[in-house]
Amino acid sequence: MSLLGVENLWVKFPTRQGVFDAVRGVSFSLGQERLGIVGESGSGKSMTGRAILRLIRNPGIVEADHINLEGKNLLDMSERAMRDVRGKQISMVMQDPKFSLNPVTTVGAQIIEAYRQHNRVSKAEAHKKALEMLEAVSIRDPERVMRAYPHEVSGGMGQRIMIAMMLIPDPKILIADEPTSALDVSVQRQVLNIMDGLVKERGMGLIFISHDLNLVSEFCDRVLIMYSGRIVEVCDADKLHEAKHPYTRGLLDSLPRLDQEETHLSVLNRDPAWSDTESVRG
Amino acid sequence: MSALEISNLNVWFGDGPDRVDAVKGASFAVAQGESFGLVGESGSGKSTILRAMTGLAPTWSGDITVEGTSLTGAKRDKGFFRTVQMVFQDPYASLHPRHTVDQVLSETLQLHGINDIDTRVETLLEDVGLGRRFRFRYPHQLSGGQRQRVAIARALAGEPDILLLDEPTSALDVSVQAEILNLLTDLRAEHGLTYLMVSHDLAVIAHMCDRLAVMRHGEIIEIMDAATLRAGQPAHEYSQDLLGASTAP
Repeated sequence: MSLLGVENLWVKFPTRQGVFDAVRGVSFSLGQERLGIVGESGSGKSMTGRAILRLIRNPGIVEADHINLEGKNLLDMSERAMRDVRGKQISMVMQDPKFSLNPVTTVGAQIIEAYRQHNRVSKAEAHKKALEMLEAVSIRDPERVMRAYPHEVSGGMGQRIMIAMMLIPDPKILIADEPTSALDVSVQRQVLNIMDGLVKERGMGLIFISHDLNLVSEFCDRVLIMYSGRIVEVCDADKLHEAKHPYTRGLLDSLPRLDQEETHLSVLNRDPAWSDTESVRG
Repeated sequence: MSALEISNLNVWFGDGPDRVDAVKGASFAVAQGESFGLVGESGSGKSTILRAMTGLAPTWSGDITVEGTSLTGAKRDKGFFRTVQMVFQDPYASLHPRHTVDQVLSETLQLHGINDIDTRVETLLEDVGLGRRFRFRYPHQLSGGQRQRVAIARALAGEPDILLLDEPTSALDVSVQAEILNLLTDLRAEHGLTYLMVSHDLAVIAHMCDRLAVMRHGEIIEIMDAATLRAGQPAHEYSQDLLGASTAP
C-alpha cells in the first residue's frame, strides 16, 4: 500500500522577473521502500522534499492536486495539525548537523524534547528512551553524549544524533536531504548502514535526496531523476547504470572512474528539450 | 630538479596543552610538470600542507623548497607568488562579492606588475573558457562552475609554474566537475604547469594525478602511483579501507 501520494506538485517563487517555478508538476507515490531523488543543484529535489512537509517559507507557494498521507491531504490541514504530522508521521534529516542542532542546548535535552513533543511521558522515561535511541545509532558512550553540546561531537556523530532525534517519535516516513554529503566517505557508509537498518526494521518509507548517483544506486530501491523541476526518468536503483535518458547518461558519464583511465571526462551537453518534456510519473 | 620539495614538515596550531599537531613529519617531492595528489579524511592535515607553503599557517618547522629556493616563516615575497598560486575549495567564498570579474583580474595583474592589463584580462578569460562577455559581471551573476573558472583565471594571472589546488571541485555538481577537471588537464598541458592537488575523492585524484600521498592523523602513510591505486593494490591497510569505502557497496 502506498504511504504517500503526491499529485501534480508545483513550488513557485514570485520574483521581480516574474514567477519562478522550482518544481513543475511532479507526481509520485511512496510505499514501504527506499526512494531516491537525484539531480544537480537547482533541479528542485530539495524543494520537493520540503514541500511535502509544507516547509516552504513565504513568499514561496506550494500547489498540488493532493499530497496524501494515508488518505489524508496534507494541503488541507491547518498549521496546527501540520505540527502533529511533522516529526510524528513524517520527519526530515537535513544535510549538515552543524546547522540543524541547537548549539546552546545539550544533545540529550534536544532528543528528549523531540520525544516528549509527541508522547506524554515522564522525563525519566524519555531519558531512558533517548539513551536507547543513541545506542541504536551506534553511539558508544550514550551517557556522555547526552550531556555533550553539539560542538563537542564530530560531524559523523552529529549526523547520527540527528537521525536518532528524527526516528525517536517513530515516524512512518523519513525524508533525508543529503544526509551524508558533509561527511567523509568512511563515515558515510556507517551512517547509511545505520539508517538503512532502522528503516527496514520499522517498515518505514524513506525519501533519500542526493546528488551522488553511485550512493543512490547502491542504497535505494527506486530512483527519480530530476531536471529543472521535473522528473525526467524513473528507474530501479540497481539498473541506474543502464538508464536511458540522455541527462542521466550524461551525469553518469561525467564521473571520473577508478577502473578506467581517460585524459578527458565526457561533458554533459544540455538539450533545451529536456526541460520542456512532461514530467514522468514516479 | 624538483619543482617542490617538502621534507620533515611539521605544522601545529596553538601551544602548551592546547597544541594540535596538524602535520607530523611529512616528506615528498613533486617533479617539474608532475601532478601530485594528497588524499585523506577531513582533519588529516592535507590542506594544512598547502596552507603552510603559502604562509597561511605560520607555525611550521622542517624544509619547504620551491624550485630550489627554501622558504622560511610566514612571509612570502613577490617572486614566490609569481611561481606558486592557489585555487580554493569554495568559489562562493573566495571571490569578492562586490568586485566584477574585470576588477578581480585587473587587480591581480597589477599586483604582479604586469602591463598591458586590458589584453591580458581577455586572454585569461579566453584561457579558462569564459569569453569576454563575462568580463563585467559580478560573482552573483555567475554559476558555481563559472566562478571556479574565474578563480582559476586569477591564479593563472601571474603565469605561475605551480598551482596548489585545494578541493577545487568538491563544491560543484558532477557535470560541472567534469568541465573544470578537463579545463585543469588542458591548462597543465598548455602551460606546462605543476599541480599539487588536495581532494577526498580518490577517483578525482586517480584521474588528475600521476602520484599521490595518503594522509592520516597528520602523517603521510603511503606514497604511490595512480596506477597502483587503480589496480586496487595500495600497500597500507588504511589506504585499502579508504579505497574500499569509495568503491564497493
